[in-house]
Amino acid sequence: MSVFDTVVHLVYLAAAVCFVLGLHEMNSPATARRGNRLSAAGMAVAVATTAVVIIHDGTITATGWAVLLTGGALGAGVGLYAARSVQMTAMPQLVSVFNAVGGGAAALLAVNDLVQSGHVIPRTAVTGALDIIIGGVTFSGSVIAAGKLQGLVPGRPIVFPGARLANPLIAALFTGAAVWLIAQPKSVVPLVLVTVAALAFGVTMVLPIGGADMPVVISLLNAFTGTAVAMAGFVLGNTVLIIAGALVGASGSILTKLMADAMNRSIGNIIIGGFGTGDSAVPVGTAGASVREVAADDVAIQLAYASKVIIVPGYGLAAAQAQHELAGLGELLESRGIEVDYAIHPVAGRMPGHMNVLLAEANVPYPLLKEMDEVNPEFARADVALVVGANDVTNPAARRPGNAVSGMPILDVDRAKSVIVIKRSMGHGYAGVDNELYTDPKTGMFFSDAKKGLAALTAAVKTLVGTS
Amino acid sequence: MSADLLTDLTVFVLSLLVGFEVISKVPATLHTPLMSGANSIHGIVVVGAMLIAATVHGPLGYVLAFVAMAFAAMNVVGGYLVTDRMLQMFRARPRVAPTADPAAPAGRNGSDPS
Repeated sequence: MSVFDTVVHLVYLAAAVCFVLGLHEMNSPATARRGNRLSAAGMAVAVATTAVVIIHDGTITATGWAVLLTGGALGAGVGLYAARSVQMTAMPQLVSVFNAVGGGAAALLAVNDLVQSGHVIPRTAVTGALDIIIGGVTFSGSVIAAGKLQGLVPGRPIVFPGARLANPLIAALFTGAAVWLIAQPKSVVPLVLVTVAALAFGVTMVLPIGGADMPVVISLLNAFTGTAVAMAGFVLGNTVLIIAGALVGASGSILTKLMADAMNRSIGNIIIGGFGTGDSAVPVGTAGASVREVAADDVAIQLAYASKVIIVPGYGLAAAQAQHELAGLGELLESRGIEVDYAIHPVAGRMPGHMNVLLAEANVPYPLLKEMDEVNPEFARADVALVVGANDVTNPAARRPGNAVSGMPILDVDRAKSVIVIKRSMGHGYAGVDNELYTDPKTGMFFSDAKKGLAALTAAVKTLVGTS
Repeated sequence: MSADLLTDLTVFVLSLLVGFEVISKVPATLHTPLMSGANSIHGIVVVGAMLIAATVHGPLGYVLAFVAMAFAAMNVVGGYLVTDRMLQMFRARPRVAPTADPAAPAGRNGSDPS
C-alpha cells in the first residue's frame, strides 16, 4: 500500500470517528448541535479527500467532472432549499425523502458497478444484489411513506385484492432474480428484474400501512437505508461507507424497536398491516357514556389556581398547528409560579421525538419536556393534567387485558387530581376503542379545536388573573 | 471467503455494535434530530457516487453517476442543515425569561446542563 493510500485510509478513519463522536454528543440537547457539526466536519473531510483521490488517480474524464459537479450542485441546491424551507410539522416527510435518495443512491452504485465492471467477482455480485434489493425497497417505500405523510397518497391502509399474496410473490421474485444475478452477474435481465421487483416491493410493503404507524415505518426505512449504504461499501470495498451505513442501521433498528413497543405492536404485525387506520377518528357521539363537559372559564379557574400542571400533547396538537398557543398558555401559567411540565409519549407525532421538536420550535425550554417514564410518577402530584390532542396513549384500559390497547405503555393521566381534555369530538383514536379517561368523573371535556381552545383558555386565564 | 470480505464483515458487525451502544443513550427528546442526523451520515454514499463518477464511461454510466451524485448530495447537504436547524431550537431556557418563576426548585431536571 502506497503512502498516499495509507493517508487516505487514515483520513476516512478519522471521518468515521467524527460520525461516532457526533452521535455520542447527541446524548444531551446541550451538546447535540456541536455533535452534528462534528459529524458534518467529518463528512466534509471525507468528501474533500475523495476529490483528492479522484484527481490523484487521474482516470476521470471531462464529462465525468461535469457529471460530478452538476449532479452535486443540483442535489446540494435542492437539499439546501428543502432544509431551509421545511415546516417542522413536515419533518417526517423530509426525513422520508432523505431516506429515499440515500437508499436510491446506494442502489445505483451497485447497479453501476455490475454494469460497468469487466469482471464481477462473486463477493461483489452477492453484496451488489443485496444493495439493489434493500436500496430499491427503501427508495420506493420511502417515496410512498412521504406521499402518505404529505397527504398525496391516502393515509389509510390501502389494501387491494390479492394484496396478502403480492408481498410474498414479489419477495420470491426478487430472491429468485437475485440468485440468477449472482450466478450470471453480467446479464441484464436479472439485474432489471431485481431492480423492478425491489421497487415494487417497497410500494406494496408501505401502501397497506396506516398513517398512525408511520413512526415505525420511517424508522424501519431508515435502518434499511443504512444497511443499503453499508452494502454499497462492500461493493466498492470502501470501509467508511460500511461504518457509516452500520451506524445508521443500528440507529434505525433501535428507533424501530422503541416505536413498535410504544405502540404496542410487533414490527411484523405493522408490516402485514391493515390495522393502523390513522387518525381518521370516527365520531361516535357520546352514546352510552356520561361525560362532563366544561367551559373555558371553568378550566381557567382550575389552571390558574393549580400549583402543578402537566400538559399532555398528542398528534392532534400538531395537526391543528397549535403548538405556539400551547407554549403561550404554558408560559402564562409558569409566570404565575405554577410548575408546568410537558409529558411526551414516545409516539406523540408522526416520527420518533417529533413532538419535542414542535414544542422546541414554539420556544418551550427542553428541561420541561419529560419522557414517559420520567413523568409518570409525577401525575399523582399534579393538580391538573391538560390533554391536548392525545387519545389512546392516555387510555387507562391499557392496564387491563382483553382490549385493543391492552399492554400499551400509557401516560398515567388518570392519576392526576383533575383532568381536562381538549378535543373536537368524542371520536376514537386509531386503536378504535372508547377512552375510559373521558368518562372518569374527575375528567372535564372541553370540546374545541386545539388552536381555538388553547387561545380561549389563555384569554380566560388572563382575564381571571387580571381581575383577581 | 476472501480475507478482504472477512475484514469488511468484521468492521460492519463492530460498527453495528458501536452504533447500538452510542445510540441507546440518546434521550427520546432528541429522537427526531437523531434520525435526521443519522440520515445525513448515510449521505456518506456521496463518496461512493464521486468515485463512480470518476470511473464511468458511456451514456448509461454517466446518467447513473449523475443521479447517484444528485441524490447523495441532496441527502448530505439537506440532512446536516435541517438537523442543525432543529437542534438550535432546543433551549434550556426560553429566549425571554418568565417574569417570575419562584416555584421552580433547583435541580428539577437532572439533564439540565445550565
